[in-house]
Amino acid sequence: MIRVDKLTKRYGDQPAVDNVSFDIATGEIVGFLGPNGAGKTTTMKIITCFMPATSGVVEVDGLDVFDHSYEVRKKIGYLPETTPLYPEMNVLEYLEFVQAVRKIAVSGRRPQLRNMIDLCGLGEVVHKDIGELSKGYRQRVGLAQAIIHDPEILILDEPTIGLDPNQVVEIRQLIAELGHKKTLVLCTHILSEVEAVCSRVLIMNRGKIVADGAPETLRAGLQGRQRLQVVLKGDGDPDRVVRQLAALPEAQVESRPPSEPGVITLEITSGKHQDLREEVFRAVSSAGAVLLEMRREVQSLEDVFRDLTRGS
Amino acid sequence: MFSNTWIFTRRELRTYFNSPIAYIVIVLALIISGWLFFLDFFLAGQATLRGLLTVWMPLVFLIFVPAITMRLIAEEKKSGTIELLVTLPVTDWEIVLGKYLASLMLLAVTILMTLSYPFTVSLLGNPDGGAIVGQYLGLLLLGATYLAIGLFASGITANQIIAFLAAIVMIAAFYLIDNFVPFFPGPLASVMEYLSVDYHMQNLARGVIDTKDLLYYASMIFLFLVLAVRALESRKWK
Repeated sequence: MIRVDKLTKRYGDQPAVDNVSFDIATGEIVGFLGPNGAGKTTTMKIITCFMPATSGVVEVDGLDVFDHSYEVRKKIGYLPETTPLYPEMNVLEYLEFVQAVRKIAVSGRRPQLRNMIDLCGLGEVVHKDIGELSKGYRQRVGLAQAIIHDPEILILDEPTIGLDPNQVVEIRQLIAELGHKKTLVLCTHILSEVEAVCSRVLIMNRGKIVADGAPETLRAGLQGRQRLQVVLKGDGDPDRVVRQLAALPEAQVESRPPSEPGVITLEITSGKHQDLREEVFRAVSSAGAVLLEMRREVQSLEDVFRDLTRGS
Repeated sequence: MFSNTWIFTRRELRTYFNSPIAYIVIVLALIISGWLFFLDFFLAGQATLRGLLTVWMPLVFLIFVPAITMRLIAEEKKSGTIELLVTLPVTDWEIVLGKYLASLMLLAVTILMTLSYPFTVSLLGNPDGGAIVGQYLGLLLLGATYLAIGLFASGITANQIIAFLAAIVMIAAFYLIDNFVPFFPGPLASVMEYLSVDYHMQNLARGVIDTKDLLYYASMIFLFLVLAVRALESRKWK
């Protein structure tokens, strides 16, 4: 549905997007993840025909976004990062304006508006000026604008930014519902959002794609490593424990601030496919210390993300 | 094409008339023009609108027109709604034309409001009807040209104050250019004269409606609308 081939976008000399290629199939829900300034928004702006690429090809449904911009724009519903709303219009006027420009048949407009207002939960604010709405409602109006013409492709750039936790959950549910029927691209730097909604994740960093796969696959990529949280009581010689553990091949031992007085907290990361639990127990007991707690942590997408985008 | 243009025109008109902008602008223009009209009228004691329509109103419009055009594109750039507009399936021409027509209608309404002056004049004297028609037509075309320049100025920046000032500077340049004619040699002088919005206005004000003058205004409007479209497209320059 969306094909991006060797896409590069430079602002001056600075490449914002650097030779990026990927394909998004019909019906996929793709999370576009990356730290701020990674090039996500720029990529979205190119796909939605807001601005052209410096080089490379972007096709939507087989149509080049530059040569067939008009047809492409018809197929896409887009919620930009800035939530483009006219504060002096009321919600109804705004949605009617978008319907008119989207060339929705006049007979279908009323029922569709009602539908949209129900779906996005705008019933209470239809006649209010957009300028008076809370951030959460504004975001919903923006979303309604993006889906009003029932587009094949929905591109949402940071749809939950600036919302309170309850609103985030609501918007996320709405997005998940929409995702059943459409090709959906969700740009965000919030990892839980991607885990909650997406079937595929693209991680971008400094203009390049650094990971591409299902959230589970990406997690599994790091799963060979284990991280143990160990809490010791400092009888005997805790330093010896640390030394002994550090001597193990590939293990990394870091001290953490103690969680309660008189204890030592360590974080131990293993090498790939290595189970350190037994060694940890032995080292602790031979040093005469007491093992109060040992917890193995499951790697989250957050770890994958941090691992891949570190240093940016 | 025209249905989209009309959608944008309606949206802009709603913005003008839903907010105080339109009313402030119309009332101010009426107060100032009314004051200037009666000032001239009683001092000169002549049944004419020439001073008002061909000297004073062009100067009032120099401030008035940039005030109504400054927000047209700059505001959309500032608030980010431009990203919605240009990613909708519409052409940049439809956007620019829609906005232009809305501002033209606001200007036309303002000019219509001043029709009480020729009415007053005709009650009290015997004015030259042909000249007044020519003066009104000239004023409308001059205003329409100002609007196109103002719209272009709004398209080159996201800052409304800059759009306002840039429009004033450009309009003033086209208004004043014929005042410098005496200082330049023949061929250059006639080019400068031809470029002047004021020169063509004075031609029409005599009541002689010449296609040469109409063509001048049409081409100025077209030129600045093209420039406004180009300004909007500038995001696409690689």
